[in-house]
Amino acid sequence: MPILSKEEARALLAKVLSYSKAEECEVNLYGSDGGNIRYARNAVSTSGGVSSSTLVVSSAYGKKLGAATINEFDDASLEKVVRRAEELARLAPENPEFVPFLGPQQYGEGVKTFDPGTAAIDPKFRKEAVAKSLQEAKAKDLIAAGFLENSAGYAAMMNSKGLFAYNTSTNVNFNVTLRTKDGTGSGYSSKGYNDVSKLDVAASTRIAAQKAAGSGNARALEPGKYTVILEPSAAIVLLETMFFAMDARSADEGRSFLSKEGGKTKLGEKLVDERVTIYSDPYNTELPTSTWNGDGRPQEKITWIDKGVIKNLSYSRFWAQKKGVKAVPGPDGYIMMGGSASLEDLIKSTDKGILVTRLWYIRQVDPQTLLYTGLTRDGTFYIENGQIKFPVKNFRFNESAVIMLNNLEALGIPERTVSGESGTHALIPPMKIRDFTFSSLSDAV
Amino acid sequence: MKRRDFLHMAGLGFGAYMLPRNGFAATDVPLDAPWYAIDPALKKRMADVALNAARSKGASYTDVRIGRYLNQFLITREDKVENIVNTESYGMGVRVIANGSWGFAATDKLDNDSIAKAAQLAVAIAKENASLLTEPVKLAPQKGYGEVSWKAPIIRNAFDVPVKEKADLLLAVNDAAMKNGANYVNSYLFLVNEQKYFASTDGSYIDQDIHRIWPFFTVTKIDSKTGKFETRNSLSSPRGMGYEYLMPLESEKIKGITTLYKNRYDMVEDAKAAAIQSGEKQLAKSVEPGKYDLVLDPSHLWLTIHESVGHPTELDRVLGYEANYAGTSFLTLDKWESKKFNFGSKIVNLVADKKQAGSLGAVGYDDEGVATKEWDLIKDGTLVNYQVIRDQAHILGLNSSQGCCYADNWSSVQFQRMPNVSLRPGKQPLSPNDIIKNVEKGIYIIGDSSYSIDQQRYNFQFSGQLYYEIKNGKIGGMLKDVAYQSNTQEFWNSCNAIADERDYRLGGSFFDGKGQPGQVSAVSHGSSTTRFNGVNVINTARKI
Repeated sequence: MPILSKEEARALLAKVLSYSKAEECEVNLYGSDGGNIRYARNAVSTSGGVSSSTLVVSSAYGKKLGAATINEFDDASLEKVVRRAEELARLAPENPEFVPFLGPQQYGEGVKTFDPGTAAIDPKFRKEAVAKSLQEAKAKDLIAAGFLENSAGYAAMMNSKGLFAYNTSTNVNFNVTLRTKDGTGSGYSSKGYNDVSKLDVAASTRIAAQKAAGSGNARALEPGKYTVILEPSAAIVLLETMFFAMDARSADEGRSFLSKEGGKTKLGEKLVDERVTIYSDPYNTELPTSTWNGDGRPQEKITWIDKGVIKNLSYSRFWAQKKGVKAVPGPDGYIMMGGSASLEDLIKSTDKGILVTRLWYIRQVDPQTLLYTGLTRDGTFYIENGQIKFPVKNFRFNESAVIMLNNLEALGIPERTVSGESGTHALIPPMKIRDFTFSSLSDAV
Repeated sequence: MKRRDFLHMAGLGFGAYMLPRNGFAATDVPLDAPWYAIDPALKKRMADVALNAARSKGASYTDVRIGRYLNQFLITREDKVENIVNTESYGMGVRVIANGSWGFAATDKLDNDSIAKAAQLAVAIAKENASLLTEPVKLAPQKGYGEVSWKAPIIRNAFDVPVKEKADLLLAVNDAAMKNGANYVNSYLFLVNEQKYFASTDGSYIDQDIHRIWPFFTVTKIDSKTGKFETRNSLSSPRGMGYEYLMPLESEKIKGITTLYKNRYDMVEDAKAAAIQSGEKQLAKSVEPGKYDLVLDPSHLWLTIHESVGHPTELDRVLGYEANYAGTSFLTLDKWESKKFNFGSKIVNLVADKKQAGSLGAVGYDDEGVATKEWDLIKDGTLVNYQVIRDQAHILGLNSSQGCCYADNWSSVQFQRMPNVSLRPGKQPLSPNDIIKNVEKGIYIIGDSSYSIDQQRYNFQFSGQLYYEIKNGKIGGMLKDVAYQSNTQEFWNSCNAIADERDYRLGGSFFDGKGQPGQVSAVSHGSSTTRFNGVNVINTARKI
C-alpha cells in the first residue's frame, strides 16, 4: 500500500473504528517504502527493497485490553482485525494498570521530518552512491564494506475518544568501513539524515579512508586510565545507555541508577558535570522528530539534564497518574549541548590522550552504576602535545556514562550522529574525558 | 545478539504500538485455536509462478521461500499479565542469479501477478548491480530433492496450549518469586512457529515446520536501607521444542548448589530459587581481582562458545562480508590451510550441526535447499573447518554447502548463519564435582549475563548469574562483581577438564544478530561443565 495522505489515513482509521463494538478502541497505522544496498570486498553483495504497512487495533472492555495487527486492508480484513482485538480483550485478565485512551490532543506544526528527495531514492541512486564510495576506496588501494539504506514512511492514529494524529518522515543512513589490504588498518564513518541532500557519500568514505590508511601497524599501550577524545559516533553509544535508563518507574521502584536508599531518587540532584545539558526537541531543525508518540501524547521540548542536574524522567501514563505528575513520554531523539571547539581544537589542546572513532559491542555490566563494557574500533590514535602521533591497538573499556560525564574536560560542536548499537539519531558533541578506564588490550583490527 | 532488545522492549511494557518497528507484522492468527498450515500443493503452484517468471527474464538460478511466521508473546510482572500478543507474517521472497549477480525481492501479495512482478524485480536488481561485480557468483552444485517435508519432533504444540494455561504458569512463577522474598519479578514466554516452503530451479520443493520456545524471568531484590539491588535471571534455555519443555521431570534435573535443568525446565522451582539467591547475592563477598581457575556450567559456557567459537568460524566474516558491522575473524584462511592452528588444548573438540533434536538450529534443510548435517570445526584443539553456504563452498575447495543458510523472514534475503556449535563432552567419566575437587583457587559460574567481544573475536569479557568461590576443592560462599576477560586462543588452550556426556546440556540464543539490515537467528550450544585454568577476573563494582 502506498504512503497515505493525512486525509486518506483519517478516512481509513475512521472506517476501522466504525467496526468497533468495544467500550474503547484505538487504531495505529504505520507504513514505509524503502530500500538498501550492501557491499563488501569492493563489490555489491546484497540489495533489496522493503515495503510494508501495518494496522494495530487495541480494544478495551473496562480494564481488559486486547491488541491485534494485520497487513491487509480490504473491508473484510479490517473488520476481522477489530473482532480479533475484541476477542483477545475478552480473554485477557483484567490489568489494574490499564489507563483509558487519551482524548483529542494539540500537536505542533512545521516539523520537517519528510524530505521528497529522500523519498525518491531508487535502486539506481543507491548503486551510484556505492560506485562513488568504491571509487574512493580503490583510489586509496583500500577494501570497502558498507551499507546504504533509505526509507519514507508515515504514521497515524485515531481512537474512539476523538484523538487523531498523523506524521510522515524520511531517513537515509550510510556507513562504511575501509580496511588496508594487509588487514592491519581499519577506518569507519557513519552518517544519517532525514534529507539525503546533506549526505556526501564520497566525503564520508574519505574520512574512513584517512583513518584506515593512518591506523596500520598500531602500537600497544598499557591498559589503564587515559584522557580520551570521543568522536560523536563513539560518545553516543555510551550516552544512550543513560538516555534509555531515564524511566521514572524503575527509579521509584529502586532498580535504576537513579534510585537511592529509602525509596528516594536522584531526580533534582546534580549527577554529572555542570557543563552537561541534555534535552529533546521535536522542532530542532537539525534533528526533527515526530510531535506525538505511540500512545498519542504530544512530544514537546524537554530538558532531561540541566547543567548537570537531573531535571526530568520519562513516565508511562499509569505511573504518572499514580504519582500525580505530568506523563512526559520518552523522546525520539536526544540533543546534548556542546562548546565552540572543533574536533581539531580538542586534539590541539590535549597533552596526552587517545582519539576514539568508534566504540563497539557495548553491554551492561551493572545496572546500578550504569557500568558498561565494550571496545574501541576502526581508528584509535595516540595524541601527544596536541598532535596525533601514531595509531594504537584497540582497548576494552569498563566505564559508566555517569562517571564519564563527571570526568568531563571539554565539549566540542555538536553534530548529528547515528548510534552503531541502537540506530538512534542524536546531536552529540565530540568530548574530552579524563581517566577513562581501559581494562585490557585487544588484537583486533 | 539482540536478545537485550527484546528484553528492553518487554521491560517497557512492549505495548502494541511497538510491534511494527520490530518486524512482527500482520497477524491473522486465531488466539486460542489450533494453528493451521497452508496446503503444500498451493505453495508449489505459487513457487512455480516465481520460478518461471524469473527464468523468462533471464535468471540462471532462482529460489523461492514462502514463509508463514507465527509468534506469541506473554508478558507479565508480579500479579499482572501486561500483554498477550499474537503476530503472523506471511509472504514470499525470491532470490535470483542474473548476469552473475544476486538479486532479491519480496512480496506479501501472493496473487500470480504480484509474484511474477517480485521475481522480475529480483532479476532487474541483479542486472543493475552486475556492473559493480568483481567476479560472478559461483554456486556449489546441489541436487534437487523433489517434494519432501520435515517437521520438528515436538510433543505438545505450544500454540495449541490455551492462553490461560500459559498465563497461569507465568503468574505461578511470579507468585513463587514474590513469596520467597522478591521485590519484583518480570516473566515472559516467547513462542515461534516457522512454516517454511522452499523451491528452487534445482528441483527441490521442501515444506518444513519448525517450533521454538523460550521461557524467561528476572527476579529483583532491593535493599531499601542501602538502595542497592540485585537480580537473578532464569536458568532456562531457549529450545527447539514444544510446550513439553515446560513440563518438569525429576530425571531432567541436576541437583547441586542450585538445581540445573537438562531437557525439561521447572520454571516455578527456579523462580523460588532465584528469589532466595537474589537475597544471597546482596550479602555476597565482592571478588578479589586476579587469576582464577574457572569452572563454567553449560548455562553459562554456551554464550562463551557462541561468541568465541561460533562467530569466528563463520566463513563470511573470515572473507570480509561482515567487515562493516559484525566484523571479521582472527581465524583467517591461512590458519586453516596450515592444518595446525592451535585453537585450544587437545581435549577441545567443537562440532557444528544442524540436526540435534531439541536444538534451536535443527532443520531438515537450510534456506537454500541443502540437507543438513554435522561436521567438526575444531578437532583435538586444531582448526579444521568453517561454516559454509553454497556460494562460498568453492573457496574451501568443497563440492557442496554445509547447509548454513538462513533468513529470518520471507522478506529478508538468506545468508550464512551460525549452525549449532557445541563442545563435545569429555571422553573419560568425569562429573562436575570431580572437576571442582581438584581446583585450589577458583570460581564456579552458573548462568549467563553480560557478554562482549571484539570484532575479530580475540578479546572477550563475560559475567554470569551466580558465582561461587572454590577453595581447596570445595565450593564456598557466593561472590559478586565478577567478570572474566581473556583472549579466545589463550582461553581455549587453558581448558583442562570437560565433564562427560551425563552433564551435557544445551544453552542458546533466540536473537543472534547479524547482517545489514539486521537479521536475527536462533542457535543452540551444548557443553558439559568445563574447567579453564588461570583466567583473569576483574572486579566490576563502581560508585556513582
